[in-house]
Amino acid sequence: MKLKYILPILFTALFTVSCSSDDDTDPIINEVEGLFKIQELTNDTHTVELFNTAGEFETGYNEISIRIKDIVTNDYVENASISWMPMMQMPTMQHSCPKSVIYKGAGKKTVYTGFIVYQMTNPDGSGWTLKVDYTIDGVDYSAISDIVVTQSEYQNVSSFMGADGQRYIVAMEGPTDFKIGNNNLKIGLFKMETMFSFPVVEAYKLTLDPRMPGMGNHSSPNNTDLTFNMADKRYEGNLSLTMTGYWVLNLKLFDANDELLKGENVTEEHPKSSLYLELEF
Amino acid sequence: MKKLIIVLMGLLFSGFSFAQEERSTMEKDTTKLEEITLVGRRKLSNYRQEKTLASIDDYLEKSNKITMIKRGSYAWEPSMNNMNSERLNVTIDGMQIFGACTDKMDPITSYVDVSNLQKVSIGSGQSGSENGHTIGGGIDLQLPNSKFHQSGLRASVDLGYETNGNYKTGGLDLEYSGNKFYFNADVIFRKSDNYDAGKNKEVLYSQFQKYNMSLRSGYKLNDRNTLDATVIYDKATDVGYPALTMDVSLAEALITAVTHTYKSNSDFVESLESKLYFNTITHVMDDSNRPDVPIRMDMPGWSDTYGFYSKASMKGSKHDLSLNFNGFYNRSLAEMTMYPNDPNQSAMFMYTWPDIRTLYSGIYAKDDYAFNDHTTLSAALRIGFHQNEIAKETGLESLQIFYPEIGSTKNRLLSSITANYQIKKEHYDASFSGGYGERAPSVSEGYGFFLFNSFDNYDYIGNPTLANEKAVEVNFKANYHEHSFHLGLETSYFYIMDYIIGSIDESLSAMTIGADGVKVYDALSHAQIFNVYLNSSYKFSNALSVNATLGYNYGNGSNNENLPFIKPISYVAELNYALPKFNAALQLEGNGNQSRYSSFYGEDETSGYGILNLNLGNELTLNANKVVLKYGIENILDKNYSTYADWNNISRQGRNCYLNLSYVIH
Repeated sequence: MKLKYILPILFTALFTVSCSSDDDTDPIINEVEGLFKIQELTNDTHTVELFNTAGEFETGYNEISIRIKDIVTNDYVENASISWMPMMQMPTMQHSCPKSVIYKGAGKKTVYTGFIVYQMTNPDGSGWTLKVDYTIDGVDYSAISDIVVTQSEYQNVSSFMGADGQRYIVAMEGPTDFKIGNNNLKIGLFKMETMFSFPVVEAYKLTLDPRMPGMGNHSSPNNTDLTFNMADKRYEGNLSLTMTGYWVLNLKLFDANDELLKGENVTEEHPKSSLYLELEF
Repeated sequence: MKKLIIVLMGLLFSGFSFAQEERSTMEKDTTKLEEITLVGRRKLSNYRQEKTLASIDDYLEKSNKITMIKRGSYAWEPSMNNMNSERLNVTIDGMQIFGACTDKMDPITSYVDVSNLQKVSIGSGQSGSENGHTIGGGIDLQLPNSKFHQSGLRASVDLGYETNGNYKTGGLDLEYSGNKFYFNADVIFRKSDNYDAGKNKEVLYSQFQKYNMSLRSGYKLNDRNTLDATVIYDKATDVGYPALTMDVSLAEALITAVTHTYKSNSDFVESLESKLYFNTITHVMDDSNRPDVPIRMDMPGWSDTYGFYSKASMKGSKHDLSLNFNGFYNRSLAEMTMYPNDPNQSAMFMYTWPDIRTLYSGIYAKDDYAFNDHTTLSAALRIGFHQNEIAKETGLESLQIFYPEIGSTKNRLLSSITANYQIKKEHYDASFSGGYGERAPSVSEGYGFFLFNSFDNYDYIGNPTLANEKAVEVNFKANYHEHSFHLGLETSYFYIMDYIIGSIDESLSAMTIGADGVKVYDALSHAQIFNVYLNSSYKFSNALSVNATLGYNYGNGSNNENLPFIKPISYVAELNYALPKFNAALQLEGNGNQSRYSSFYGEDETSGYGILNLNLGNELTLNANKVVLKYGIENILDKNYSTYADWNNISRQGRNCYLNLSYVIH
């Protein structure tokens, strides 16, 4: 009879104790949770780990997380400053691609983030190398390796010559998931100043006309022009998608003086702009 | 709700507070405009005689008030006072049930069969608001009453064959009736190939096949209380829609109800009937039988409804009061998947009805007050709360493309009020009535997403911000009888405010390949619909009689355009010969030229037509069992014609010979 009352009390006590004891130790947080490792670049002192959500590089916009591990201590470095240089080896020349500076991720201790826009690749994914330069406590290090960049199924990046004689690259940067409804479309626009310099172009404008070629080039309403967002350094606008499936985003690029640099209106005779991106969801 | 009931009752009674005189006799159902009785389908009737195995659609079409809009030979859409589905309230024995097809290919009349029903009660305009809110009227498909006849076991077999379309029908009915318990089971099967229009022109994709089963049982708990249960299962497969680009591979309904009835002869409350019900519909539209389509697609839809009603009828000294408290919860979901011709592209998907939940609860009260033997005043009121909710986040987001500011729910308060004054004298009777009613937009009108309408060739987008549609109506009806002569006039006028109809939005791009553009549901500030019917009959002798009806309809919107689906001048004339065991009827039926067609809403001019039908019937006795034979020829002259109510002008049936045989075993 007594046991009946004592047992629950005992159990309650046990659980209460076991719960509270957790608070004493420092929890180990996995800072790359949800990400997959793409590759490691190794030198004599460190291993540079590269992550993203897909676990591989694809043509187009790649958001990349970086972690540097000390080979000796096996600890992750928390005070590095990092830069990088992706390079494509062509038969007669080399060129790089648009890339961001690298910051430590918000609220992270060991993970640094940035992005690279690969505008093309070889059919077998070869040709690109990635060099990561970093400084820890005033000492410079560098790691370099060949990387594999696979071709995306859909055109999410486009490199072209504008009417002003300049080469530009547009790349779809977001959202990561499309939905039926209104989507906040983010597009990066870069100018190819030299083979190795691709700065962000500010204050231009992109007009948007999404179409479904599979549905007689059906369009959707309520799309807005993409304008430059100073904070995010990219162009943003509303993309409305009425159904799932394959969509072509027909674009026109205008410079700061509203001069058309690339792209045409979609008409029955001209079903697709020469400047476009694709998506499927 | 209780408070509301008390308030309503108070209102009604205060209107007739001088009601202390002695009660005078009053004819029942004087305000119910028409009833089509199906129970007599195995009897010989001599007025617009029907086949024993005619479908519900056929029966409804015999009513003056109702026209059936046809997209093929199956699942016709009823239209009353020149208004269809959204503006009507169609119920099965007071139960709300909603079709699951975004293209109105499954009016709920297609989910029951004659074998399930006892009668169809039709209320024009606000007199049809007993079960829900309506503008054009209400159609209630009524199930049979409890049958404690002590008649024992009875069976009947029905067989039918029609030459046009090789249409075969078979039905079996089994009934047991004791004094405390009854049981009824019936099954009916229908199958038709493509029918031929006049001059032997085969109408492709007009075939159908369906069966319907129903089980009904009741138990008498005591003298006053009865419990009934009903299950109806209806399944149509391989239904072609020649007027549309898609067919239906499955239309399936399960309709269930449990009813408790309390009856008393002495108390103030004469009867109290309460019902709990559930029905579920699955509708699968596909185009796999069509050889040539711009894109393959599947469009399934689902509609589930849970509901209840509780209705009481009460008697005061001169009053006849009925109350009806009802509510339902419906879930409508439909989707569309399209398969691109380029096999590398993945299928395209959208919700065409993005999981819309409708919650309704309301109360209806009606009082008939008899001033004296020949004048009656009746008044009815319905007030209800109506809520729509977009349950799917995707659905809300997809509609926010068009209406960025909308939320997921929308509440409405709906009301309806009507009064009818009636005089009955020896040689004439007349009634005047007026009413006001409101309705909420239907799921398609409020929330449809790229619904293709092949009639005007536009994609339609729903509009959740629509205001309630409102109508003021006046009706007049008079009859004069003298010896063997009868003359009647019936007319209605509707002034509809915020009349919901699609309007072209040039800025939108059609989704359906080949469509002319996109229409968004919008409202005309007002529209008016008028109809008048004149009918007369003359009896030459007890056996021979003639009757005729002439009708005129008019419909116009505030944009000065004709409304679509307004019936042109119509006429029916019939010569009847009836003996107790034999009858014959020769019928001429036709429409005038549709000169006031609505090109603005996609109609073209339909020329007039007239057809001749001959119906015959015999009643025989075979081994003490009854045999009813009905046979005849429809469209004797094999005319190739279509009417204003035929979707995309598909031609109606050419000459058709039919034979229906009913064998009733006692």
